[in-house]
Amino acid sequence: ERENGHANHCKLQMHIPPCASGPAQSQMQAPSGYGVHHQNYMAPSGHYSQGPGKMTSLPLNNQCADYYSGPYSVPTQNMTPSTANQPGAQQMYGRDPPAPHMMASTPGPFQGAATSASHLHTSASQPYASFVNHYNSPSMYSANSSVASQGFPSTCGQYAVSAVSNAAYPSVSYPSLPAGDPYGQMFTSQNAPAGRPAKDSFAGHSTAVSHPSPLPPPPSQQQQSLSGYSPLSWSAPGLPSNPHSLIQNKMGSLTTANNNPTNTVADSPSCPGTQNVLPPKSSPVASTVLSRASPARLPPAARHPGEPAASASQPSEQVQSPGMQYGEYVNNQASSTPTPLSSTSDDEEEEEEDEEAGVDSSSTTSSASPVPNSYDALEGGCYPEMHSSASSPAPDRTLEPNSTPAQALAPAPAPAASQPSKVAKPFGYGYPTLQPGYQNTATPPHSGVHSSSPAYSGFQQYPQHYPGVNQLSSSLGGLSLQSSPQPESLRPVNLTQERNILPVTPVWAPVPNLNLELNKLNCSPDSFRCTLTSIPQTQALLNKAKLPLGLLLHPFRDLTQLPVITSNTIVRCRSCRTYINPFVSFIDQRRWKCNLCYRVNDVPEEFMYNPLTRSYGEPHKRPEVQNSTVEFIASSDYMLRPPQPAVYLFVLDVSHNAVEAGYLTILCQSLLENLDKLPGDSRTRIGFMTFDSTIHFYNLQEGLSQPQMLIVSDIDDVFLPTPDSLLVNLYESKELIKDLLNTLPNMFTNTRETHSALGPALQAAFKLMSPTGGRVSVFQTQLPSLGAGLLQSREDPNQRSSTKVVQHLGPATDFYKKLALDCSGQQTAVDLFLLSSQYSDLASLACMSKYSAGCIFYYPSFHSTHNPAQAEKLQKDLKRYLTRKIGFEAVMRIRCTKGLSMHTFHGNFFVRSTDLLSLANINPDAGFAVQLSIEESLTDTSLVCFQTALLYTSSKGERRIRVHTLCLPVVSSLADVYAGVDVQASVCLLANMAVDRSISSSLSDARDALVNAVVDSLSAYGSTVSSAQHSALIAPGSLKLFPLYVLALLKQKAFRTGTSTRLDDRVYAMCQIKSQPLVHLMKMIHPNLYRIDRLTDEGAIHVNDRVVPQPPLQKLSAEKLTREGAFLMDCGSVFYIWIGKGCDNNFIEDVLGYPNFASVPQKMTHLPELDTLSSERTRSFITWLRDSRPLSTVLHVVKDESPAKMEFFQHLIEDRTEAAFSYYEFLLHVQQQICK
Amino acid sequence: MEAVVFLFSLLNCCLLIFLSAYFIIALSDLECDHINAKSCCSKLNNHTIVTVLMLISLYWFIFLLNLPVATWNIYRFIMVLSGNMGEFDPTEVHNGGQLKSHMKEAMIKLGFSLLCFFMYICSMILALIND
Repeated sequence: ERENGHANHCKLQMHIPPCASGPAQSQMQAPSGYGVHHQNYMAPSGHYSQGPGKMTSLPLNNQCADYYSGPYSVPTQNMTPSTANQPGAQQMYGRDPPAPHMMASTPGPFQGAATSASHLHTSASQPYASFVNHYNSPSMYSANSSVASQGFPSTCGQYAVSAVSNAAYPSVSYPSLPAGDPYGQMFTSQNAPAGRPAKDSFAGHSTAVSHPSPLPPPPSQQQQSLSGYSPLSWSAPGLPSNPHSLIQNKMGSLTTANNNPTNTVADSPSCPGTQNVLPPKSSPVASTVLSRASPARLPPAARHPGEPAASASQPSEQVQSPGMQYGEYVNNQASSTPTPLSSTSDDEEEEEEDEEAGVDSSSTTSSASPVPNSYDALEGGCYPEMHSSASSPAPDRTLEPNSTPAQALAPAPAPAASQPSKVAKPFGYGYPTLQPGYQNTATPPHSGVHSSSPAYSGFQQYPQHYPGVNQLSSSLGGLSLQSSPQPESLRPVNLTQERNILPVTPVWAPVPNLNLELNKLNCSPDSFRCTLTSIPQTQALLNKAKLPLGLLLHPFRDLTQLPVITSNTIVRCRSCRTYINPFVSFIDQRRWKCNLCYRVNDVPEEFMYNPLTRSYGEPHKRPEVQNSTVEFIASSDYMLRPPQPAVYLFVLDVSHNAVEAGYLTILCQSLLENLDKLPGDSRTRIGFMTFDSTIHFYNLQEGLSQPQMLIVSDIDDVFLPTPDSLLVNLYESKELIKDLLNTLPNMFTNTRETHSALGPALQAAFKLMSPTGGRVSVFQTQLPSLGAGLLQSREDPNQRSSTKVVQHLGPATDFYKKLALDCSGQQTAVDLFLLSSQYSDLASLACMSKYSAGCIFYYPSFHSTHNPAQAEKLQKDLKRYLTRKIGFEAVMRIRCTKGLSMHTFHGNFFVRSTDLLSLANINPDAGFAVQLSIEESLTDTSLVCFQTALLYTSSKGERRIRVHTLCLPVVSSLADVYAGVDVQASVCLLANMAVDRSISSSLSDARDALVNAVVDSLSAYGSTVSSAQHSALIAPGSLKLFPLYVLALLKQKAFRTGTSTRLDDRVYAMCQIKSQPLVHLMKMIHPNLYRIDRLTDEGAIHVNDRVVPQPPLQKLSAEKLTREGAFLMDCGSVFYIWIGKGCDNNFIEDVLGYPNFASVPQKMTHLPELDTLSSERTRSFITWLRDSRPLSTVLHVVKDESPAKMEFFQHLIEDRTEAAFSYYEFLLHVQQQICK
Repeated sequence: MEAVVFLFSLLNCCLLIFLSAYFIIALSDLECDHINAKSCCSKLNNHTIVTVLMLISLYWFIFLLNLPVATWNIYRFIMVLSGNMGEFDPTEVHNGGQLKSHMKEAMIKLGFSLLCFFMYICSMILALIND
């Protein structure tokens, strides 16, 4: 492994060059990134500082060429030293060479590439020449160290410059090649990574390709050599010395370009020749190189199919195309100094492609295989191919595959052609800055591949995975998008004339207008959504658009694939503490630029090693940089105390009311069933408390023969009778716990106590939990009537359907809020299960969960026997609740790009400071929303990023950080802003804002605000569209559902007026709006209606061997309900099946199991499992819908005529009710408001 | 007699100035994440009442000047929502720019107090000279 690590280092070097090139492309990256490299590298010599300066001076083409050569030479140096000194080092080098090889891969292509990108080749040739020079001048040693270091900086500088010019990139590959030559044998024996072998195959051809990437690597190599290997190299025979000399040469050339005195001095001994050579770039040098290099190189190539090949490939090229070629190239460069510019563009293009390809190839392994949960797994799984290839001659093939994909992407057409298109895309989109780093790094090898000849096509397996292909297609796609002036999202829709506004398929989140690669890397919209997928440049523009700007988060969602990263150092920005993510730019191999605050950070040594690929020197291929959702295993730096165990406390109401409702039986049964499935480890603790007018504790200490009940009747000053034995280890006291759960339901059957001392019970629970923190589950069935926190009934049943004022939406007392804040401070969350048939002042009680990051469950009119549907729902909810994932002592921080700021948060948590949410518990069903404002103009950036980092303690006692990163484009025109509206997210954010408004102001204010949101945004859009139809209500395609959704919100339980709504129901709906993730919230707001009496397999999908029909969505209007049909309405937590009077008897018989309509019972909550096709289809469809949500759903079969149909009809939001508009009336109302 | 009243006003005013400064410091600490919203709000809430009392206790001809501020303070005090923990609620202080408006308010109060302070000094000196 160590050896591998070395190899990785080598690779890193290689990759670095690409990075450098990337920066160069982006321009921004190049300077900063290079600077960093210099620092790192230079440390040994101290000359580095000069290096940067050189960079600046380098712009000239000649200089660039020199630089290239410099880098190349450097690699050789490194290689030699390592070989001479250490076997491990040799291995590493060997690997490095392969990487270059990758770049250069195929000889055939090489020629082609050369033709296409002559500049590249020329540059490549120059590097070789430089190598040769290095080799030639063995005497350089003494001067080398310092010189070399200088040379690196200079190279960096060159990169920046070169980024513009193609030449720079080619140089990268060369370095690797030289390395390969010396160590070729070593490499082969070792394990030359599969990739390398491929390189070998490429060797001759690929040289050109490799060259682009090579430049960056040289610096890294130099660094390495300087730091660790330089001594060895020195001691090493002629070869090492040669490398040094090479470095010097490079340095010298660089220096010459840069005018650095130090360089010149250093060069003087050995370098002079090199310097001379470089400037001339003429054939003489090349020839020398050939003669010297070729022998060395050739052997390596032969020896190492893969790695050596890479190194060899370059040499081989040289050999193949002897002095003549070099000379020519040199000449070209020299003569073509003017041309470089044009060539540079080509090179850049190529690089980009390469990067893409590289990324793909590197990531293929990881992406192709499901992301394992641990590194080791990843390591084991990912690279087997590579290794095998390395060991066997196959290596060439491996390389080839890479090339093949590229080819597939940009087939016969000249690579250059494909490249331009790519270039066009990024620039057009304006996002190049981010990716450049990436792309550049990865690209070099790939570019080689692209250029590679058809011979590689044999490796089709790889192509599929390769990003390169995707990128190409994406680029093409982007072009096409750009070409179409008005995407669907901008098509003006006349709302009043469009009768069927609702699409027949579910509405998906819009895809941000980014290039394909960024979109592929972007965070899933299920976890992270923004109301505007195109962020307006300024607050003024946002104000003009009159749209809400905010994020909707579902950070702890259950994921099927999640890369988990174990690493000693979690790489974060030093100033803003952002976690490294796919949208940072690598300025070079050693530095990355934060995409949130733009600070340039160092890449720590550990990060250079990629555990996925077991390679070194590919920081851009680390899983952190390949996935926008990752989870880190945090070190002790992220702990204030040792990770807490999972602690569960159940606080149960056992007053007469509660016993009568009978929930205890269900709860205890669920607990008994799921006791072993409670998330936790061996430290898991559990406890029980019950209360009526007194508080009962249960001593479950191991060793007792049966549970001991301890009664505390002093509720004014609660104390814990035996603090140590109330929360007990689940496994040590399991028998006692089971005993208790079995006896508990019957213990209070004869109680006459009607009072409920909830407040004191909660205080006791807080005391019990405060040493550890954990989860408190409170079951309450009535209004608390004793002790602290007692509440009075505030609901006036006569006001339930008032259209004017709805009062008492806020808490009556601050007791529960204070308690929640205390709990939050002690990492305790309080979950409330309210199972009541009467008013229980949920508005006050909910505070205990809202501010402690708990969750709220409400079962109105719960009764275990009278209301079996609710009982069943409780049972299923409990199963999910008890077994779902849980995170303890969590904090979540949301960061966004400088210029944006968050100002209001929605969800259940306590905002501890401006961007830090304190979450005592986090569960997978919790959603959050954040409102954003644009504080500073975003004109100097084309992308903004948002990152949420959720730090939590898993139930296994591991401290983990889950990081999501979302990247969005910045736009400057109003039309683009409208094109990017995510209407569902906007409506959900508006709903959250409306809840706040209802509580702080009044419900009618909130309703007005909702209507105004529609009026303002549509009128703002109308004024931007210079159409003649001013009388019409025009909306952009992206907003066409906006009025419908807002109308649905107005008819939602939380906000409706005029319809009888119990206060607790309303408050519960508000709580759900605040804490539900978007997907579930949308179903609550706008249910889905399907016709199910004629399900067919047309368009059906297959899930787990089941055929799931996909009926079209119907609009929520009674006009769609034909008497002959049967309809299913999916309201999120409830399903209604409405059976029309004239429904086909076949359907009733086949699906419901009754002979005719009349015999269907009024209350039916289950579909029988009948062995008929239509029953099977219906059930599989319902099951499929159910599987898509975490909490259970209740099914109600509603007959037309039955009294329960009102429940169903209230969800038909497009229809008029006595108190609310129909959809069409609402549109007219909006239009009227706009015209005012 | 007049001088004594002004002396008292002056002392009051000093207190108010310090109070405003304290508010500002606490709020800016909060802004910079230095302290927890909970502790900050509990600090600030304790002092709201004092402000009100002090402003009311001023002499009659200054009373008119102080009336708007005093009324504002009383209004703020009364309008605290039933479930909230005083004027500064830790759960809401970060929401919707509340922090900024609190900050602005504290700054205005500071300015006002300073103005009053110099006015009282002048008045007191005048009163002393007249005596």
